[in-house]
This record gives sequence, C-alpha cells and structure tokens, in this order.
Amino acid sequence: MPSYRAPRIDASEITPERCFLDRRGFMAAAAGGLILGSATAGHAAALKASTGAYKVDEPLTPEKDVTSYNNFYEFGTGKGDPAANSASFKPEPWKVKVNGLVSKPREFGLEELLAFPLEERVYRMRCVEAWSMVIPWIGFPLAALLDEVEPLGSAKYVAFETVIRPDEMPGQSGYFQPLEWPYREGLRLDEARHPLTILSVGVYGKTLPNQNGAPVRLVVPWKYGFKGIKSIVRISLTETPPPCTWNLTAPDEYGFYANVNPAVDHPRWSQATEIRVGEGGFFGSNRRDTLPFNGYAEEVASLYAGMDLRANF
Amino acid sequence: MALVPTLPKHLHGPSIWALYALGFVPAASAFYLGATGQLPGNAIKEFEHLLGLWALRFLIATLTITPVRDLFGVNWIRYRRALGLLAFYYVLMHFLAYMLLDQMLRFPAILADIARRPFITIGMAALVLLIPLALTSNNWSIRRLGPRWNKLHKLVYVIAAAGALHFAMSVKVVGPEPMLYIALVTLLLSWRTVRTRFLRWKRQRSAIARPIPATEKAAG
Repeated sequence: MPSYRAPRIDASEITPERCFLDRRGFMAAAAGGLILGSATAGHAAALKASTGAYKVDEPLTPEKDVTSYNNFYEFGTGKGDPAANSASFKPEPWKVKVNGLVSKPREFGLEELLAFPLEERVYRMRCVEAWSMVIPWIGFPLAALLDEVEPLGSAKYVAFETVIRPDEMPGQSGYFQPLEWPYREGLRLDEARHPLTILSVGVYGKTLPNQNGAPVRLVVPWKYGFKGIKSIVRISLTETPPPCTWNLTAPDEYGFYANVNPAVDHPRWSQATEIRVGEGGFFGSNRRDTLPFNGYAEEVASLYAGMDLRANF
Repeated sequence: MALVPTLPKHLHGPSIWALYALGFVPAASAFYLGATGQLPGNAIKEFEHLLGLWALRFLIATLTITPVRDLFGVNWIRYRRALGLLAFYYVLMHFLAYMLLDQMLRFPAILADIARRPFITIGMAALVLLIPLALTSNNWSIRRLGPRWNKLHKLVYVIAAAGALHFAMSVKVVGPEPMLYIALVTLLLSWRTVRTRFLRWKRQRSAIARPIPATEKAAG
C-alpha cells in the first residue's frame, strides 16, 4: 500500500477548496454572470474526520464536478439530474437496517453511523462509462459496522438496498422507470470486509449532498462506480449471491464483480482507457490508461486469486 | 389557404442563410463553453453527445419537410438542403469530436471501436452514407443526375434510421429521449409508405371539389 500512505495533514488542508470557489467566482464574473449549473452542495454540513491512510497521489476532481456530474437514476438518468432534482430529498432522519445472517441484527440511526471513527479517504472513482474522478470521501470501513452485528459463519455475501421514495425521487415515479426499484447491490463478504471498502457519509469535508447518495453510501474503489450504492436503507448478510440491479438489467454487460479491468471491455465500449473528469474543459480533462482494479491491485488482487476475471467480470 | 403567412420572395435567400447561421449556434456555443471549461463534468462527452443529438434533430427536420407539405400545404422545401447539410456537418463534427477530443487520435482504439462495436459501426456507416448526399446537395448535381438524384437521396431514410438506432444503442438504458427519436423517425419513414396513396386520395378529393387537373409533381 505504500503509494496510498498520506503525509499527516488536516483534511481541510488537502482540499484547496477556497481556490476552486475563488476560481468559480472569477469565472462567473468573467462570463458576465453567465455560468452553467451552479450546483452547490445543498444542505451539506461540515464534517470532522481524521486523515486516512489511503490517499491517491493525484489531483482532486473539483467539488463542483463531484457534486454536479452524477449517476443516480432515482433522480433521473441525466448526469445533471441528481443535482437538479434532489433538493426535496430528506436524508434526515435516517435508519439503516442490518439483518440476515447475523447474530445481532439491528438498526443504525444516522447519528450512530456518524459516531464511527470517520476518516478521509482520497480514492479514484472509475465509472463503467469510462470516465473517472479522484474524490475525497469521508467514511468508515464497512467492516467496522459488520463487526457490530456479528455475521454468522454461514454468511457469504452482503446485500445492499437503496431507499424507495417516489415522492422525493422523481426517477422512481412517472411513466418511465429506467430500473427496477429498489436499487440493489452486493459484495462477497471478504470484499465487504476489505479495509478499502467504506461506508461514506461525507465528501469534500462535508456531509454527503443528496445527489452523491446522502446520507450514507458504499464506496468500493476497485470496482466500477455503479457498485457504490447510494442512500442505503438495508444491509443484509446472505448465503447466496444477492441480486444486483445492473446485473439483472443487462447481465452480459454488467457482472456481479464489476472489478475495474482494462482487459475486459464493456460489450459496447472499451474499458482500456478513461477520461478524467475535471475543470479545464476539452483540454484539461484527459484520457489515461485504466489500471487493473483501478490501481488497487496490490491491495485487492489476492481476493480473486485463481479466478478467471474474464468469466467473472 | 396557408397555415403560416407566406414569406416575401426577396427574403427566401436570406432566410436560408439565417437558418445556416442559427443552425451552427448550438455547436459554436457548446464549443465555446467546453473550450473555456464551462461545460459540466465530462465536457468532451457532453459536447460529443450534443453534436450527435443536433445531427439527429436536423435529420428529422429534413424528413419533416415533405409530410408538412403533404398534410398542411406548407412548402418549406427551400430549407431542406440547408437542414440536410446541417445534419451532415453535425455528424461530421460529432465524429471529429470523438476522434480528436475523446480518443485523441488513438487510431487503434478508433478502428477497433468502428469494427467491433455495433452502435459505432452503425454511426460510422451513417456518416459514410451522408458523404455522397452532401456532395450532391447542389443545383448542378440535381441537373446532372436527373431522376437518379431522387433515388440517391432516398439514402437519407437509411441514415435517419441508423442515427436513431445509434443513439438508442449508445445509452445504458433506453429512456424517453432515445425513444422519442426512434418514434419520430419511425413515424416520418412510415409516412413515405402511405404517402402515394394519400396524395392520390387528396387529388381525387380536390378534383371533385373543383375540377382542375392537378399538376403538382411530388418529390422524395
């Protein structure tokens, strides 16, 4: 893990946020007030976290992009829809039910989730659509939560579910339903317990904006972004592989594992390279090679020793 | 009896040039925003997508001229060439954005995409088919080719269908937007299959109403 060891600096120092804000102000002034999508972090409140051990040594994707370019189909299928349509979503109060093959099933209130020791983790995020970001998440290892409920020996998988609230999530109501609700995802138990796997409750030093999966979401940095299920209300331990939304929707395009793998293309596009989303438009964003396991091979490749990653994509 | 006020003849030419100028506004403004870092998120993809979408819109507009004339008696045929050429320019810009900005001239990747990915193959085929149509979109070619010109330009039906399909196949979930374009193209192409019968019926009806021989010659 050496490449992700961070120097001891405060979370607030990692993010030169004022610079971005200043730049935005300058741009707005330069454009005579004409600027697109002035998406803000909504109701996000400041969140204290220690600096975690995992920090990608690459420039952060500007907060503006992290909070305005999202896939969250519960709020619409457009990239800007989640930021535009999630204002009336209420992430508080919130409860996450943890049940299934555990000895101590229970519910966690949001306050209880925020009471876990929170860390800032700067991870790469690779979307299955061949774009990527570098995001300063705040969260805690999923393993810490699993320890509290004590999984039984028979538990092999962890299943996750997103909330269903058609009144607050326009993508869940109306004629066109892009997916079957609730959005579901799953991990193998050893993947779920891996130290890189976190439940995130914040980003960029603040609580999660609604469009990023408030109040609690999964982050598994070596897998495609769609595995990072948002606005989680249920976590169940199971013996058999749980159903996963995208896998159910198009099994030939989205596997259960969905590990980032430049050698296995999506049937409709190459996964060999990715565009790093960032400010700077056409000439600032750049296309780079996608790394096996999104650059986390050293930490996670052993989880899949002996497996055919082409068959188990 | 016209549904819309008739444009004075001396404005026909300028109105066509205005259409060209207006037609390039979406591309120019998006290029400006993208180049100055004001397009949100994945600027290159947004730009690419916008160009493709406008290409499809102009193709659909091109195909709408004939049914509008058949059904409402409004003759906008003078705009059809501009609309068709705008569609071609947008498809070309769409491809250039993909090749230069998105793939950054990584030719092996581009060739692999074209060969292996059906939606890109279809899109590429549409671009190739548009080239002879763009090259013959002038009065000289129309005179030169005669009736073969009409036949050649029927390719636009294939191109529009390919365009709508290309869009639908490129998205993760076929939502209302690609559905709308597929529906519009289907509707416009279907009109061509009933058009001759409709015009005959219309002629007969007007012949009964006022017995003057109809001489209107219908073109694609």
